[in-house]
Amino acid sequence: MAKAATVPLEARMTRAFVTPEGVDLRLELGDAGQRAGAFLLDAAIIVGVLIVASLAVLLLGLGAIGAMGGKGAELMAVIWLLGFFLLRNFYFVGFELSAAAATPGKRIMGLRVAARDGGRLRPGAIFARNAMRELEVFLPIIILFAPTGDGGVESWMYLLGFAWAAIFALFPLFNADRLRVGDLVGGTWVVRTPKRALTRDMADEGAQRLARYAFTVEQMDAYGAKELHVLEDVLRQRDRRTLRAVADRIVGKIGWIRAADEDDYDFLSAYYAALRKRLEARLLMGVRRRDKHDV
Amino acid sequence: MIDVKMDPRLKSQRFRQEREADWRRLERLIGKAEKGGMADLSDEDILAAPVLYRSALSALSVARATSLDRGLIDYLETLCARSYFFVYGARETLWGQLAAFFREAWPKAVKGLWRETLASFALLMVGAVIAAWLVSHEADWYYAFMPKAMAGGRDPAASTQALRDTLFSGGKDGLSVFATFLFTHNAQIAILAFALGFALCLPTAALVLYNGATLGAFFTLFASRGLGVEAGGWLLIHGVTELFAVVLSGAAGLRIGWAVAFPGEDRRLDAIAEAGRHAATVMGGVVVMLFLAGLLEGFGRQLITLTPARYAVAAITAVMWGAYFYGRRGARQDG
Repeated sequence: MAKAATVPLEARMTRAFVTPEGVDLRLELGDAGQRAGAFLLDAAIIVGVLIVASLAVLLLGLGAIGAMGGKGAELMAVIWLLGFFLLRNFYFVGFELSAAAATPGKRIMGLRVAARDGGRLRPGAIFARNAMRELEVFLPIIILFAPTGDGGVESWMYLLGFAWAAIFALFPLFNADRLRVGDLVGGTWVVRTPKRALTRDMADEGAQRLARYAFTVEQMDAYGAKELHVLEDVLRQRDRRTLRAVADRIVGKIGWIRAADEDDYDFLSAYYAALRKRLEARLLMGVRRRDKHDV
Repeated sequence: MIDVKMDPRLKSQRFRQEREADWRRLERLIGKAEKGGMADLSDEDILAAPVLYRSALSALSVARATSLDRGLIDYLETLCARSYFFVYGARETLWGQLAAFFREAWPKAVKGLWRETLASFALLMVGAVIAAWLVSHEADWYYAFMPKAMAGGRDPAASTQALRDTLFSGGKDGLSVFATFLFTHNAQIAILAFALGFALCLPTAALVLYNGATLGAFFTLFASRGLGVEAGGWLLIHGVTELFAVVLSGAAGLRIGWAVAFPGEDRRLDAIAEAGRHAATVMGGVVVMLFLAGLLEGFGRQLITLTPARYAVAAITAVMWGAYFYGRRGARQDG
């Protein structure tokens, strides 16, 4: 399996991830857009919860002042301060400690946190990666809204602080694994774990029709795995005109003599099954034929 | 060939059909676990999961080598990845994790950080000594170390009597709010000190030095009015816990910064990750320490106004933390 000269976009985000059983799971990393999307969703949730909770505490506080006087207001202030602290620091940690290892935002984007070394994701790692948000998120926000002063040294300090904060905020864009500073320190990365349903096996239909179509070995040797997968997609979409065009191409290439009322879909699914059978038989003997040019 | 003649299905097709039910079961199981955690799973499911996972994994290996059904391989890859995270993920309950943390992981991590702790403590002391020296020579330095908002009238312009009052006024109004504010404020600073360590130790060191300077300036001011002993009690009743927490968070930051700068034998990334996990474990506990310090500061200090009693509390907390972190750990489980 030599590396192809031009790495396809998909492969650039795929990383070897060997389980203790010795199988490479080929995890796909979350890209910058998905990460940013997940973070913005989480930020929206945090701000939303904060606003709703603040209003609730305010209303309760007004009620409590009526009932208990100063003591009530004090209680509400404590609740608000603690709530804010917990939300700021433990929203991410709490969700990532759960079985899904993802905040609601990440879950929506199909992402999760994983240990880079393939081991267990430990609470220490989760705490480390999220404590760094202090540096990446909250410090830039504080700097952004800090009074800039009127020219002179303070403005320069502001600019310096801003540049420094930007380095951390944009850190994931400058490394191949899309690691935040937090990921670096926690020894984690964010991977995609999409839920994928098991699609229909296209050979199911074709194998039934094989009896009616007797392809010769030469006819089955016309194509490789790449063409097989294109054919699979064509069969799945089942668009009449595409089926026609593809069937014409294959008939021409393998020199098939069409019967009078031959259905394109029947022919193609039968050929798909025959081709796959042939290629898999060779695969079993250790010969993988990538495409029609691969002999 | 005879076999194939009798059964029109492909080998890969039969392979898939024979195992599909197991995969679907595993998928259902993982889906349940991801949604609701372990609580929703029966004992039977929990026992079955690793077995199903391993058979799915071996099916993936076989499929990659022998099957050209792309849908199958994609499906098995995502299914195996999801179940991998389940099988090798955190299996303990939250309470179990917390208990293990305080019994074992935290004190061990703190103990392992002793060198950085000493360095961080030295920085704090250096800051304090420098500030004390400067303030004792020129009282105006005080304002450089102590922001006006934090001083709250405790500055060189105040009379000795006014200073004494600030140490012993047991104002009981709004104590709980005060305690909470102190806790959240300090915890945020500590987390910042930890996070800043990444930038090659320097900002963390500066933060610890500055903290020490504030301390030194404050103490020198009171000592110059003959209130040194009283101010010590006022500070140390919560300060033992709080300053220890600050020193530890500084130590955690230094550990990370050191790994960034000098990874040693390991690859830099691995060294950082290792240091990060170790330091973060310390930090998780530091937040709890600061919570206790906030309680002591908000309630303890305002309610206990006798200087010897304050020193007694300080001594007790010092012995407790020392024994907990550095005491010999054998059959004894408590700190």
